[in-house]
Amino acid sequence: MANVSIIGGSGYGGGELLRLLLGHTQVIVQQVTSRSHVGEYVYQVHPNLRKQTQLKFCDPSTLQPVDILFLAQPHGQAQHHIEACTALAPKIIDLAADFRLRDASTYEKWYGQNHAAPEWLRKFVYGLPELHRAELTKADYVSGVGCNATAANLALMPLVKAELLDLSQPILIEIKVGSSESGAEGNPGSHHAERANVIRTFSAFGHRHTAEVVQEMGIKDITLTMTAVDLVRGALATAHAQVKQGIKIKDLWKAYRAAANENPFIRVVREQRGIYRVPEPKILAGTNYADLGFDLDETSGHVVSMCAIDNLMKGAAGSAVQCMNLMMGWEEKTGLEFAGLHPN
Amino acid sequence: MLTTICPECAAEITLEEQTEISEIIVCSDCGVDLEVTSLDPVTVQLAPMEQEDWGE
Repeated sequence: MANVSIIGGSGYGGGELLRLLLGHTQVIVQQVTSRSHVGEYVYQVHPNLRKQTQLKFCDPSTLQPVDILFLAQPHGQAQHHIEACTALAPKIIDLAADFRLRDASTYEKWYGQNHAAPEWLRKFVYGLPELHRAELTKADYVSGVGCNATAANLALMPLVKAELLDLSQPILIEIKVGSSESGAEGNPGSHHAERANVIRTFSAFGHRHTAEVVQEMGIKDITLTMTAVDLVRGALATAHAQVKQGIKIKDLWKAYRAAANENPFIRVVREQRGIYRVPEPKILAGTNYADLGFDLDETSGHVVSMCAIDNLMKGAAGSAVQCMNLMMGWEEKTGLEFAGLHPN
Repeated sequence: MLTTICPECAAEITLEEQTEISEIIVCSDCGVDLEVTSLDPVTVQLAPMEQEDWGE
């Protein structure tokens, strides 16, 4: 058994990570830190974990060495104490955005500030197994993934990998997201009276996760447009692009089928019967699956690719645990086999 | 073993031994209905499926 600890375990990402790690057969959760909840039982913040653990939140200064250290703090903190973290554990997985981008100037452009530890950026592997599985098996330091970036990257992945896209044309990705994406800290926009029942396009251009999609897909002309919808968990990316001349629906089937065959958490949803004919976040709550769907206007070459995920799972804690499994040489699906709920 | 290729998604389909001509089978990958039009060699064609408009 490996010992693991979490720095910053009181947020939604940290809570989801803790839920997964407490049920994982290969790890023991040693410590969970939270400066604002020191001394409180973790179930007092994450009520779903009552009777799952008697752990209490501790102060970060009391952290003991472990085999794997998870960082689940708000963005911008880990880069200021990454050296101290590496002294505590040989393997680190950071859920925040601090080490997702490979290039310091790109980080500065999208996050509006200089990176505090630019020499560490290239030491981290981007934590999406569907794109970096081989590197992750050898990695000591792994970044988190943006939830919207994950939905966008996985929506594009089969098309990009099979080289089906006409890259002279722009790629537009509309992403609908639930409220848990904005974290556990409240703001005026997340007040229930303001957030309930909304369909609100809060970012037409320039969302920070765009940088991760541009980086990982290797395509410059990508736009993400973000719309908040009345969900707690879930993200649905709908990508519009142009395929190369002569591409047919069978070519897309081949590409998406390959993605599903190569990746244990990728499923193709393109049904002819029933209610769930396309990917929907609704049935993915609590699961690590990413459901992909597509359609093609063979006359115009306009392709629509969809990806549904649970933003806290495949878009955060689930991918982090999947990365841990790969880093440690464990079976990739360990602790992540929950199939979801229906109805939900 | 009776096999053929789905005309919709190009998946390989395996038919049961007792499959008959005119029988409707379902592609396990894309879910379309397929009518068996020949057994030697095996050929299938898309069968009409009921479309739903979801109240549009």
